[in-house]
Amino acid sequence: MLTPLTVTVGVTALLLALWCGYAALRGQPVKDWHYLGMALVLLLTLAQLVIALARLSNGERPAGDGTAVFVSYLVSIPLCLPVVGVVALGERSRWGSATVAAGALVLAVLQLRLADVWAGGTGGG
Amino acid sequence: MAEGTAERTAKPAGPDLRHGPGRLLVTLYGVFTVGAASRSVYQLTTRFDEAPLAYVLSAVAALVYAFITVSLVRGGEGARRVALVACAAELVGVLTVGTWSLIDPSAFPDATVWSDYGLGYVFFPLILPVTGLLWLRRAGPGPA
Repeated sequence: MLTPLTVTVGVTALLLALWCGYAALRGQPVKDWHYLGMALVLLLTLAQLVIALARLSNGERPAGDGTAVFVSYLVSIPLCLPVVGVVALGERSRWGSATVAAGALVLAVLQLRLADVWAGGTGGG
Repeated sequence: MAEGTAERTAKPAGPDLRHGPGRLLVTLYGVFTVGAASRSVYQLTTRFDEAPLAYVLSAVAALVYAFITVSLVRGGEGARRVALVACAAELVGVLTVGTWSLIDPSAFPDATVWSDYGLGYVFFPLILPVTGLLWLRRAGPGPA
């Protein structure tokens, strides 16, 4: 897999989680800047989706028989931030920020799993 | 349970589970429902014979998560009680399966969401029901 991109997505997602977690700690709702941050990370995940699909169509496959699992992770990943973004729109309090932070954290964990599945580990399904 | 669908419109009936911390909790439960459900569908359809017990338990976990999510979204006193029971069941499940998987690993050739107390999911399966129980108690109509 494209390790630099996976790492970039993971790290930016973690930074986003920290940023929104900090806003939640200070009792602030998500603001436009946070949404810009979400949009940036979302763009990275979409790039990841396109690149990974292109590689799959080129005949590259994850080690083992993890293709189905890999693709399901791949398409779930870009959904994380839009979902929590919408939830945060309806919750203009610190809990909206906490929700976005949680979504970004899930995104970072999914990056780990994605790399894991590509390397042949299907244990987590 | 019979009437009303899971709609996210703000229509507080009784204790409000859909705003504030409840929002975060509902989102997390939603994530876990999707995660556990897709995992168990995949496992049950492709590899059921390898570890029937683990995969059936994964499916049960997914159902419990889905049930709690819907109850939390619906809100209201009835839903709160139902969610309390489901969270307690979830806690019992994660403790039982967690202990069981440590004592007798051979029963679980493949992991479930609840194996090793949810270690593979950063202990979230253990943290969620406790948080859920606390929140549901607090959102209740005073000390019941």
